[in-house]
Amino acid sequence: MSTCVRIIVNGRAFEVPEGISVAAAIAHAGQPFRRALGGQRRFPLCGMGVCFECRARIDGAAHQQTCMVPVRAGMKVDTDD
Amino acid sequence: MTERYDVLVVGAGPAGLAAVRAAAGQGARVGLIDAQARAGGQVWRHDVRHGVPSLARRHLAAALESPRVDWLAATRVVAVEAGGLLVEDAQHARRLEYDALILATGARELLLPFPGWTLPGVTGAGGLQALSKQGWPLADRRVVVAGSGPLLLAVAATARRHGAQVLGIHEQAGRDAMLRFAGGLWRWPSRLVQAASLRTHLAGVPYRWGSVVVAAHGDDRLREIDIDGPRGRQRIECDHLAVGYGLVPEVRLARMLGCDLTPEGAHRRVTVGTRQGTSVANVYAAGEVCGIGGRDSAIVEGAIAGHAATGSTTGLAALERRRRGARRFAAHLSRHFALVARVRELAAPDTLVCRCEDVPLSALDDFDDGRAAKLATRCGMGACQGRICGAALAEMGRCSPHGERPPLFPVRLESLA
Repeated sequence: MSTCVRIIVNGRAFEVPEGISVAAAIAHAGQPFRRALGGQRRFPLCGMGVCFECRARIDGAAHQQTCMVPVRAGMKVDTDD
Repeated sequence: MTERYDVLVVGAGPAGLAAVRAAAGQGARVGLIDAQARAGGQVWRHDVRHGVPSLARRHLAAALESPRVDWLAATRVVAVEAGGLLVEDAQHARRLEYDALILATGARELLLPFPGWTLPGVTGAGGLQALSKQGWPLADRRVVVAGSGPLLLAVAATARRHGAQVLGIHEQAGRDAMLRFAGGLWRWPSRLVQAASLRTHLAGVPYRWGSVVVAAHGDDRLREIDIDGPRGRQRIECDHLAVGYGLVPEVRLARMLGCDLTPEGAHRRVTVGTRQGTSVANVYAAGEVCGIGGRDSAIVEGAIAGHAATGSTTGLAALERRRRGARRFAAHLSRHFALVARVRELAAPDTLVCRCEDVPLSALDDFDDGRAAKLATRCGMGACQGRICGAALAEMGRCSPHGERPPLFPVRLESLA
């Protein structure tokens, strides 16, 4: 996990370890996850593609489960969606 | 696009991998699909820093390296069609046809609501383990592990391996149940060794029984939790709370196929006969979907199903013996880690039970029918389609949204065209 990849989260560039999930990359970037209907911040719950709490827009595709997707260089992630 | 297999296996955990290996070993052309990008399931999930144990490596290689096996990663079942399944990956939808189908869909974690459980920093127990293996940053984070079952020890060990400071493990089962559990372990010497080795890895981490997380507090993230145990109520500062109350079989696909289910506590498992056959012709099931039994019974049942699906009876008697042994251990576990009543009563009236649609527990008070509650409150109607709140409400003895309809997961419109 020594090499890093550069990704854009919520409009800002971050270097994150290669091979991790997008959810983990969002955490490395220190960025918040989505807001619930009531406005409260949420956070990954199940870590395995069941709960959809970690969902975000990845490269323009809405509602992607970020715990299921490995991070790739140049990826653009938006958590407030 | 349509593909046809002699045997199609859904789920690439220990059961699915063993099924693939057995079926391919009989000369069958085998398709294996899993929603995850890498095979292994949850128990053998690839750890970005530490890889997988050697047993997992052997099983993965034996299943995936055969030229007769098509491994379809990051692929989800969307719907059941006559003679086949509609599946989708990131790019394409396709139809997979089969002579025999093996369901190795595993389990999901039972997550029970309590005040504060939606705060950022609160995850499932297996949830935190999965996230840490995905590379979630845990170095020097203060982690409390809670809930029930031997999984809690493995979760704590994984978190520690990733640099977390594990403040404690809180098991809901009481002292007497735990002593009886430990007292019966002599019948499974390898389990004793496993438990002792985990304990060594967790030296210095307090293990408390009869101890339940009753609330989490914070603002934009988790700051503190309240724990109620034999020493009374205690407030602990932490960054992460990993709390899970065991596992429930993932039976959604089996239900859509029309397989008979057997109630087990508040949940259900797929009913299988001696050769892992379900009530539907040419559909087999193996592993956690047939009742929570752990890795060893999953491997054996997968092998039995793989043989049965190809009409082979090789070594069946020995496999059946091993299966019974593994299931006996599972029964020992579930008896002694049975949930105490109070973990079902932690949610306050204003605690959100449906996290997708922000439905508080009190909104369900006037309903005794899950469908009526769903229509009126949207409970279970959000992105997870009742996967989290459905199991929780069933465990709590409340009406629970159920009745699967396709698609099994949110799907791209063009996949249905």
